[in-house]
Amino acid sequence: MPRRIILAKPGLDGHDRGAKIVARALRDAGHEVIYTGLRQTPESIVATAIQEDADAIGLSVLSGAHLSLFARVLSLLSEQKAVDIVIFGGGIIPNDDVDRLREIGVAKIFTPGTSTQEIVNWVEGNVGCRVIDDDKRFRERNSVNC
Amino acid sequence: MSTADPLVNALTAGVLAGEIPAIARSISLVERGDDRVRALLSTLHPSAGRAHVIGVTGPAGSGKSTLVAALTTALRDVGRSVGIIAVDPSSSYTGGALLGDRIRMLRHSGDSAVFMRSMATRGAIGGLARAALDGVTILDAAGKDTIILETVGVGQSEVDVMSVAQSVAVVSVPDLGDSVQALKAGLLEIADVHVVNKSDREGADRTVKDLLEMLRLHHRAAGQWNVPILKTVATDGTGVDVFRDALDQHRAWMQANGELKRRDRRLSVARVKWAFADLAERRLRAVPEAEFEAVIDRVLARKIDPYTAAREFQVAHSV
Repeated sequence: MPRRIILAKPGLDGHDRGAKIVARALRDAGHEVIYTGLRQTPESIVATAIQEDADAIGLSVLSGAHLSLFARVLSLLSEQKAVDIVIFGGGIIPNDDVDRLREIGVAKIFTPGTSTQEIVNWVEGNVGCRVIDDDKRFRERNSVNC
Repeated sequence: MSTADPLVNALTAGVLAGEIPAIARSISLVERGDDRVRALLSTLHPSAGRAHVIGVTGPAGSGKSTLVAALTTALRDVGRSVGIIAVDPSSSYTGGALLGDRIRMLRHSGDSAVFMRSMATRGAIGGLARAALDGVTILDAAGKDTIILETVGVGQSEVDVMSVAQSVAVVSVPDLGDSVQALKAGLLEIADVHVVNKSDREGADRTVKDLLEMLRLHHRAAGQWNVPILKTVATDGTGVDVFRDALDQHRAWMQANGELKRRDRRLSVARVKWAFADLAERRLRAVPEAEFEAVIDRVLARKIDPYTAAREFQVAHSV
């Protein structure tokens, strides 16, 4: 079952080559990728993820504003009761900040030098598909393979 | 109407109230082809049928997504709520897809009256039609005034999702090779509105002329809809209000002429046929693998032909 993944670049960061490479790698691994492009607001990223019923959101941030941007996305997801969407990301993020991001709920940060295969493997092992057993569990995701 | 299934009931209530998460999850359910789909769609079906369903199709590079985004703005300007289903092909090799239409729609992301869903074809052509059409039912039941179905058209009217839209807009663009010849014959015939996008480019008037010529060759009887050929520049909105108005005029014309009833009837025929094919396919998929493979072995060994094999399954498994 293909995962549905939003790839987004929040904030004022114009370098999208990395995000596009990840998008293609995920597509080549059989997943459905919705690339939302540059200069997105956290509000628009979350609204998109909910309409597209995304399994995960990958944020690419090279501008240094990662702490506030990731935090804002997570807070909006919590407000919209969509905390089952897995958040991951990449970019120019110092190690200390990687830890802080993990603490606030970001599942994984991929720093420069990560291979696309590593990213694909992680997504397939850690991003589940919506469980369709009953209404309550419909809000959850199966954390193992689909 | 409620069912015994609490999930279906919860989703139905949410869709009818226009709630975005319920709409999104219902569309996921229809994409998964889950058994509950039938219960969900049967409870939503009576509430659908109000919306104007518009198909927008055309070759890659024609600016369809930008045009759909601009049309959405024009519709919002006159107070209509809009649902959009944008279909992109899945790679037949990897099964994955880059769903790239959303990137043009971002100006609408803060507007709760606009709901957009990107859909991958996921292989089977018939499968696409069902998921996209079921998505239309959901958006219709959710109260959207206008629903836009955006695809790369292939012009095969049997399976083409364009054959089930109420109004079909075909988009072309100047200088895309021999752009009018590039429009497959099927696409030309199903168009209710022709749009030449990127019409600020050189060659736009020639493209309009070529379309006019081809339309003249396809004789339309008196009393039939006069297919307009419009020029737009989707990136700055030029001509898009006229496009919106032409679609409204088409709808009004269909309502006045009984054509809307004919198209809705044709759509219902298509959906029942596809639902039947879906049932048969499911039964076939339920045949135990060993048994299925054994029959394939016999076909390969030329002991029986494929039709006889299919008939055997039908008899044995009441397909």
